[in-house]
Amino acid sequence: MEVLIYLVPLALGLGLLGLGAFLWSLKTGQYDDLEGAAWRALMDDDVPAGEKKAKNS
Amino acid sequence: MAETRDLSHFIRHLDGGVARMELAVEGIVCGACMKVIEGGLAAIPGITLARVNLTDRRVAVEWRDGNVDPVRLINRLSELGYRAYPYDAGRAATDEEQKTQALLRCLGVAAFATMNVMLLSVAVWSGNAGDISPEQRDFFHWLSALIALPAAAYAGRPFFRSAIRAIAVRRLNMDVPISIGVLLALGMSAVETLHHATHAYFDSALMLLTFLLVGRTLEQAMRRRTRAVAGNLAALRAETVTKFVNPTELAVVPVAAIRPGDLVLVRPGERIAIDGVVTEGRSEIDQSLVTGETLPVSVSKGGTVYAGTLNVSGALRVTVSVAERGTLLDEVTHMLDRALEARTHYVRLADRAARLYAPLVHATALTTMLGWIALGANWHDAIITAIAVLIITCPCALGLAVPAVQVVASGALFREGVLLNSGEGIERLAGVDTILFDKTGTLTLPEPEVVNAADLPAERLALAGRLALASRHPLAAAVARAARAKAPLAATEEPGQGVRCEHHGVELRLGRPSFCGADRDAKIFSADPEASAIAFAYGTERYVLAVRQRLRGDAVDVIAKLKQEGFAIEILSGDRAPAVAYAARTLGIEHWHAGMTPADKITRIAALQSQGSDVLMVGDGLNDAPSLAAAAASLSVATAAHLAQAAADAVFLGERLAPVAAAIAIARQARRLMRQNLWFAVAYNVVAVPIAVLGFASPLVAALAMSGSSILVTVNALRAQPREWR
Repeated sequence: MEVLIYLVPLALGLGLLGLGAFLWSLKTGQYDDLEGAAWRALMDDDVPAGEKKAKNS
Repeated sequence: MAETRDLSHFIRHLDGGVARMELAVEGIVCGACMKVIEGGLAAIPGITLARVNLTDRRVAVEWRDGNVDPVRLINRLSELGYRAYPYDAGRAATDEEQKTQALLRCLGVAAFATMNVMLLSVAVWSGNAGDISPEQRDFFHWLSALIALPAAAYAGRPFFRSAIRAIAVRRLNMDVPISIGVLLALGMSAVETLHHATHAYFDSALMLLTFLLVGRTLEQAMRRRTRAVAGNLAALRAETVTKFVNPTELAVVPVAAIRPGDLVLVRPGERIAIDGVVTEGRSEIDQSLVTGETLPVSVSKGGTVYAGTLNVSGALRVTVSVAERGTLLDEVTHMLDRALEARTHYVRLADRAARLYAPLVHATALTTMLGWIALGANWHDAIITAIAVLIITCPCALGLAVPAVQVVASGALFREGVLLNSGEGIERLAGVDTILFDKTGTLTLPEPEVVNAADLPAERLALAGRLALASRHPLAAAVARAARAKAPLAATEEPGQGVRCEHHGVELRLGRPSFCGADRDAKIFSADPEASAIAFAYGTERYVLAVRQRLRGDAVDVIAKLKQEGFAIEILSGDRAPAVAYAARTLGIEHWHAGMTPADKITRIAALQSQGSDVLMVGDGLNDAPSLAAAAASLSVATAAHLAQAAADAVFLGERLAPVAAAIAIARQARRLMRQNLWFAVAYNVVAVPIAVLGFASPLVAALAMSGSSILVTVNALRAQPREWR
């Protein structure tokens, strides 16, 4: 059962990583516009430079 | 119209010389709009950011301070085909945002902890059936405690706080048994771990918190969305004031631009946005929102009016003493607060249930403990069994039963263009069997047109238009538009009749033909039943204007569908009989009443309700407001007078009538599901409690029962979405 020495911290670490990722996404406003994000995924990226500027936030 | 717009109130100045403004945009429907708007705005030199939020229907714009005239942004959007209004991101919105974030953080922590503890628990459960050594089990339990205790302390705060608040005022809410259950489960598990026991309930406590937090988060998400739309509506309906730029010219300006000493016009049906002194006109003021007094107070020259009160009957000229900013938004927020706090019948039932429920489960737990001791069990086992009863009866499914349905139903209503004003709206809409429609502005489109403006001499038409500006009635508005009137006359409005005033010694009247003594002339128009007549009297001269209205495009289909579903349908209109008869014939409605005053409408509603019908009133006008309040349920058009909007359960948007049918269908489905869910929660307890009392509620059983019931209730709630969308 020595394997627990690796496995337990590994499991906890992965869990904490997930939690951290969730808190980060919350903080950076990833959930502010769920509907818009769905459409943005479909948009073409080959827009003129002037419009491209508008897209970064 | 000479219109100055001062937007500085809406602009925030950020670090680095960047200015930011948020605009509520009408007509954003999909990703294509998003691209057009962002591209179009970014093309203006000096703009550094233009980002659309499709969920909230808003666009945030940033530019280098001083480089761009904000009015240009609005003009640019209107060139692109979107009407935009500056949106005031007030503190209320920020508060909601923070609450949502805090709940999501709690949910994240609880979910993380649940998953990790469950991982350890499954190992223990399978080990208990196999060959786990006591040392390993203890190690896993200690590890679980290490994760669960801090996580529960963090994620349980919303419940603990609410429970403490409730106990402080000697009340019981659902959060009291929840908190007690969670704390006892954690405490007992910690003690058991110290004593090297086989069972610990860390996973149950955390899972309970996770599921309940899901319910809370859903509820909060619904609140936020309704509030976002309400905020947009407030921006669309603009906190504007009609101000006299000079004695004969009017301009619509934002409240923010009003200074003490300005002279403003307040029309009947309008909410007063400022504090001031009446300099001309006579009216009645409804102060119920400010003082709670329901009887209207009459004011005349020299009287004082306050922001937030409602001008009921006559046009007033008011000199501003204090300009209050944000009054309308505050009021809408206030209205929504009231609506959302006044939970629906079933939620209140759930709260009442909590008051019955908490003593009941605590008594059951106590009886269980005493029963086991009486039967010869030792204290330790008896207490463990009693706590297991508390854990298993924790109202997981009950806590999700109603909010989950509400969220899905309000989302479905929202997609149909219906915004709930009152939390009880769903309940009340679900119960109706009779639908009464107002005609003007409800069955027809809100903006009618004058067809025979050329029949009047130009100066008479101009006077009629100026008089019409004093009224909020749609027919009067059409006259004002036809005359392109800007300078109103101070006039008195008689609800349901018309407006009148003296002008250079001549009495002017505008309103129903009977009010103006023009019944005879109005007969000419009986031949054209689509047109409504509005009469204008100048001394002894009589003119009748024909105002033509179009029925809403889908009115015929919607009425046919409602009839087919067995609703009794009537038209109650203040309009002339031929026009109403024509509309009724076109729509296939047998029962109609024309020429009704507000009092007649209320009498009709009362008569129907005394016969046992549940009446839904659909209306929009100033004269509908009392009947909207009198009916069992009410719907109003979003373009309606403030008064009518304030009295309705829900407001629907757009040019179609379909939202009326959809609202009823969705509400009925939602009510059925709420009932099902509550019964399910009862059934769950009936099954689970005996198991726990008999001492079979191991952590595994508790986990299965809790998650199973919560998932079932939530999945059931998803059915509140009408079939077409699934």
